[in-house]
Amino acid sequence: MPEIASGAPTGAHSAAPPIAARLKGVTRVYPGVGRHPPVQALGPLDLELQRGEFFAVVGPSGCGKSTLLDLIAGLSRPTEGVIEFEGAPVTDRVPEGVGVVFQEDASFHWLTVRDNVAFGLRRQGVAEREIAERVGHAIAFMGLREFASAYPAQLSGGMRQRLCIARTLVLRPRLLLLDEPFGALDQQTRLLMGDEVLRLWRETGATVLLITHALDEAAMLADRVGVMSARPGCFIDMVATGWPRERDSTIVTRPEFGAVTARLWSSLRAESIKAMGTLT
Amino acid sequence: MTRAGSIRLGVVAGCVAALELACRMRWIDPVSVIPPSKMALGAWKVIASGEYAHDMLLTLENVAMALGIALVLGFSGGVLLHRFARLRRAADPLLASYYAVPTFIFYPLFIVLFGLNRWPLVAIGVMFAMVAMALNTLNGFERVSPSLRKTARVMGLSPFRETFLVILPACAPYIFTGVKLAVVYAFIAVIAGEFVLAGAGFGFKIAFAYNNFDNSTMYGLMTILLLVVGLVNGALTAWERRLHERTGGR
Amino acid sequence: MSTDRMRAPYAAAWRDRLDTALLVAALFALWQLLHLFVGGDALPSPMAAARRLQRLVADADFGANAFETGRAFGYALLISWLGGLGLGVLLGAHRLAGEVFEPMLVTLYAIPKITLYPVILLLFGLGVSAKIAFGVLHGIIPVLLFTMTAVRNIHPVHIKSARALRLGPTDTALHVLLPATLPEVFSGFRVGFALTLLGTLIGEMFASQRGIGYMLVHAMQNNEPEIIVALALLLVAFATIASAMLLAVDRRLRHAA
Repeated sequence: MPEIASGAPTGAHSAAPPIAARLKGVTRVYPGVGRHPPVQALGPLDLELQRGEFFAVVGPSGCGKSTLLDLIAGLSRPTEGVIEFEGAPVTDRVPEGVGVVFQEDASFHWLTVRDNVAFGLRRQGVAEREIAERVGHAIAFMGLREFASAYPAQLSGGMRQRLCIARTLVLRPRLLLLDEPFGALDQQTRLLMGDEVLRLWRETGATVLLITHALDEAAMLADRVGVMSARPGCFIDMVATGWPRERDSTIVTRPEFGAVTARLWSSLRAESIKAMGTLT
Repeated sequence: MTRAGSIRLGVVAGCVAALELACRMRWIDPVSVIPPSKMALGAWKVIASGEYAHDMLLTLENVAMALGIALVLGFSGGVLLHRFARLRRAADPLLASYYAVPTFIFYPLFIVLFGLNRWPLVAIGVMFAMVAMALNTLNGFERVSPSLRKTARVMGLSPFRETFLVILPACAPYIFTGVKLAVVYAFIAVIAGEFVLAGAGFGFKIAFAYNNFDNSTMYGLMTILLLVVGLVNGALTAWERRLHERTGGR
Repeated sequence: MSTDRMRAPYAAAWRDRLDTALLVAALFALWQLLHLFVGGDALPSPMAAARRLQRLVADADFGANAFETGRAFGYALLISWLGGLGLGVLLGAHRLAGEVFEPMLVTLYAIPKITLYPVILLLFGLGVSAKIAFGVLHGIIPVLLFTMTAVRNIHPVHIKSARALRLGPTDTALHVLLPATLPEVFSGFRVGFALTLLGTLIGEMFASQRGIGYMLVHAMQNNEPEIIVALALLLVAFATIASAMLLAVDRRLRHAA
């Protein structure tokens, strides 16, 4: 059972805590079913996310990156350890202020783009006028204005992911968790979407945790990159990129970019080979 | 046995036990429902006496005839619909609504036409089963990948051989689904007909027992029917599943 | 021919409708031919059936019978739809329960449910509730099975999204699960409609002193094929029209999927 640490109460109007999220000694063990033994998917793992930072996580397949995101979001519970969001422990419910974008297309195919984006707000009972304003802004921000009345089935994969981001964005999350959101997209779209996420990050001032398997993407977008080991995943390296806040995909032309990517790969290579071994 | 399987067994056993208790304790009126043990006894007596063998055979004959005709007509219908796209498009709305129409209402008409014998039963069985066979046959043909036909063409097969050596085996799982449904529907229609109005047959005997307040026989016959249908359906479904798996179908 | 259809889809659709009308006309012609073949005492002509139907509908008794059937059918349909929906959701959501009960339900589906009629009559007596029970017995299982499958096939990411958007269980059910499953659930409704109607009618044919099913059996016993055919015509028309309307709704529900 996770220890429930008494965190400082989140004063909504006082200075927001400098640590957006904290994990201490977190592990996730999947219990054995029938003949299968229990599987330790993650940990033990410590992490502190600074408020407003852009943190990326890379690691070999199956190392538990998605599990980490699920734990921070409150979508699953740790077997051991403490998880806190803004000083308060994370329990079974997704904390207010946390937004999640999944790897798969999570758009609701029965709603138009506009209704999709408005969905979360409507369920919260926000007034329709405010909804219209915020939704309009989010849709414009993600470049979907022309498609506001279309259905997801009529959109491309990239547009659908933008829709999912808009749907999360409109709720003004202070912590944005992105689980390989561009995994299914082609390279060019990914690079452009990376720029969009950076713009989003700057304008909202949110803390971002991005899970990705693409090293160049992590190196390009993040302030800090955590490299996870093969299963059970722990952080074996933390690389600070030192990029300026105002950045976009052209950062790849800088010489430091190559160094960052090289360092990520040298940390990751051995782990990836280990992971490949366990896949057979 | 899987976990679900053992639970299922437990649930069925539990229900039977509960029913037994409820009947014995007279919580349920014993005139309406008899305890399962008596049902089983009734079933045993039915089988042992051999009196009902004739009717059972009659019903099976009716089902077999209805099935045979339905399979032939249904298969041909499916082939025709596949071959003539215009006919298919014209018939689409009608076929979509076919099973919405309670075709059983034609049973009295058939009795007026053919008399109170087996032919109304066979006719209604055919009506029920035929379209399911046709639709599934059609579905099977449509699902045959064009690559298979092209392969047959490349191999230089005659149309006859193409049909029998390539197309039919490829459709087999779907056609079999049609056969399974046809069997089930023929059974349902024939027994329903015998029940409502007939001179002989398994369904007739159940109705007869009911009208004569012979609960023991009635429930005995019902139990036998339940078991037979359950077994036949189970066997056909298992076969169907294996056919689909073997051909890599869903 | 197919490029023809692609270039002018509306014209093609109207051609198909015309073809269907032609097919229906051909079926009526076939009926007429059969009538001439077997004679008016066995099989009345389409015209005779239509005329008889007109007289029937005008008749005072008919209203009562139609109401009787309609009432039983209406109640049965409501119970089949709602009950099947509720149970289907439960069994679909709870994996193990669904796995346990599905084979039993599928077997029940295949049984000639008519053979359970005596039990129903013994439990409910000879009245409207028995008829409703017949209808429900036939109609509830497909609704249940379709709903169960629909719920099981809900994409897990939708459920995760609902949690990520901090929806409570009722909101999740109402605003995510329901719309996601609606097309398939509605298909179950369509099948349930047809089978409930069938069950109600057969029940009336077997054991009732009122209703359209009874009228059919009565007409048969009194050797009045005209009435039988007239009623059959009515029922076929009703079922076909209702089915077409439900299909139209079905098609609209799938527009977004």
